Amino acid sequence: MVTLSSDSRPIIGRGPPLGARLFFLSVLSIVVMVADHRNLYMDSARQWMGLLTQPFYAVVQAPAQAWNWLTGSFADRDTLQRDNKKLNEELRVARVKLLRFDSLVEENTRLRAIREASQGIGQRTLIAEIVKVDVDPLRHRVRINKGSLDGVFKDQPVLDAFGIVGQVTRVDRYGAEVILISDAAHAIPVQINRNGIRSIAVGVGDVRKLSLPYLTVESDNKVGDLLVSSGLDGIFPAGYPVATITSVKRDPAETFAVVEAKPLAQLDRIREVLLLWHDQPAAIQPAAATEPPAAAQPPAAKPAVEKPTTPSPAE
Amino acid sequence: MATGDGRSSGLRVAATVILALIFSLVPLPEIAEPWRPNLLLLFVIYWSLSAPTIAGLMFAWLCGMATDLLTGTLLGQHAAGFLLVAFFTHKQQLRMRIFPIYHQTLTVFMLLAIYEFLIFWIDGIIGQEVTSWQRWAPVVSGAIFWPLIVAVLDTWNRRRR
Repeated sequence: MVTLSSDSRPIIGRGPPLGARLFFLSVLSIVVMVADHRNLYMDSARQWMGLLTQPFYAVVQAPAQAWNWLTGSFADRDTLQRDNKKLNEELRVARVKLLRFDSLVEENTRLRAIREASQGIGQRTLIAEIVKVDVDPLRHRVRINKGSLDGVFKDQPVLDAFGIVGQVTRVDRYGAEVILISDAAHAIPVQINRNGIRSIAVGVGDVRKLSLPYLTVESDNKVGDLLVSSGLDGIFPAGYPVATITSVKRDPAETFAVVEAKPLAQLDRIREVLLLWHDQPAAIQPAAATEPPAAAQPPAAKPAVEKPTTPSPAE
Repeated sequence: MATGDGRSSGLRVAATVILALIFSLVPLPEIAEPWRPNLLLLFVIYWSLSAPTIAGLMFAWLCGMATDLLTGTLLGQHAAGFLLVAFFTHKQQLRMRIFPIYHQTLTVFMLLAIYEFLIFWIDGIIGQEVTSWQRWAPVVSGAIFWPLIVAVLDTWNRRRR
């Protein structure tokens, strides 16, 4: 082994001894960890330190971006025509669906007016790009390129064209971290669309699977049922598709059925996501809408908030 | 061994750190993903052995903080791990430097295991434990990479001295 300096033994006058330095830095680490875990004074510090990390993300992203630009600018005519045709078809299908949607919205507002309930719709969206960076392979979190400068906030719901993707866990100035619904530390309150049975869909750390551990053996659910968000957590708006049930195992000896579902959002393939601003945190419970989100949660929906950083009512 | 020029070896240390930080973010194929070696930690061990006056405990701690910031984990978690590993390395530095390479690799394997265990432990405390075997894959891949890193950096250091 090459040594750059031969005089490495501790000699008097070389600063504090090793043990003292270890002690000092350990204490510092623990203080920082506790402060970060409890969210004390760390939000703004993290925002500014996030600026330092920006160049690294930019460097890592550069090859993929260059490749995208190259393929985009040298795409041949055939590919473009094919894409164009496909997109036109998709647009037509979407338009037809939208026609129905318009009449449904109208009907919905009318019914809501009859019930004198508050209007739940009126939402702003923003498209964010997923930064092509693997943040941590064992946790399903991704980074997006919109941050607090664009108005992104903590616990903001994130969607794609097919369903709910996850929620924002951390924001700095130019980016934000999103936890996917498939992360093992994430849970989302859902409702079976067919009959309105409420439950909680928990991530298991597999992008193709969600687990519903709180459905009893007798409960009415079957393969193919659509799960939509119930909005009881005050984070996700009600009525957005989350997953479809893929397998139900009922063992009469057990209390709960083993139910698995497949997320509708393409968690492993998406490049762009939709950030959602919604006015009413809890559309199902109009009375709870004025309270802060954490206070509006019923105890059963508690795991919907990411476990390590439960937002305090003060936020 | 001749004493290295402080400034140029400082530049070398900085270059390897930046390289390792970028490597920790580069997307890898899905199969290789859990096996990504913790290059920065290996570099910290290497520099603690070969340039202990430049790469002290503070240096290791700052590298850990950089990892925390980049990977978005609990701030201070990886810093504590880096600190512990650097402490053991500095303690054993004179002995580890003259170990034959297989012995050294084994020691590095132990250090990486201690590091992963500390991270695992802190994860458990804050309630985010990851219990899959993949958690331990970087220990093995890191130990495999160690002789390579020593060979490459030793060559570089000899040429640039």
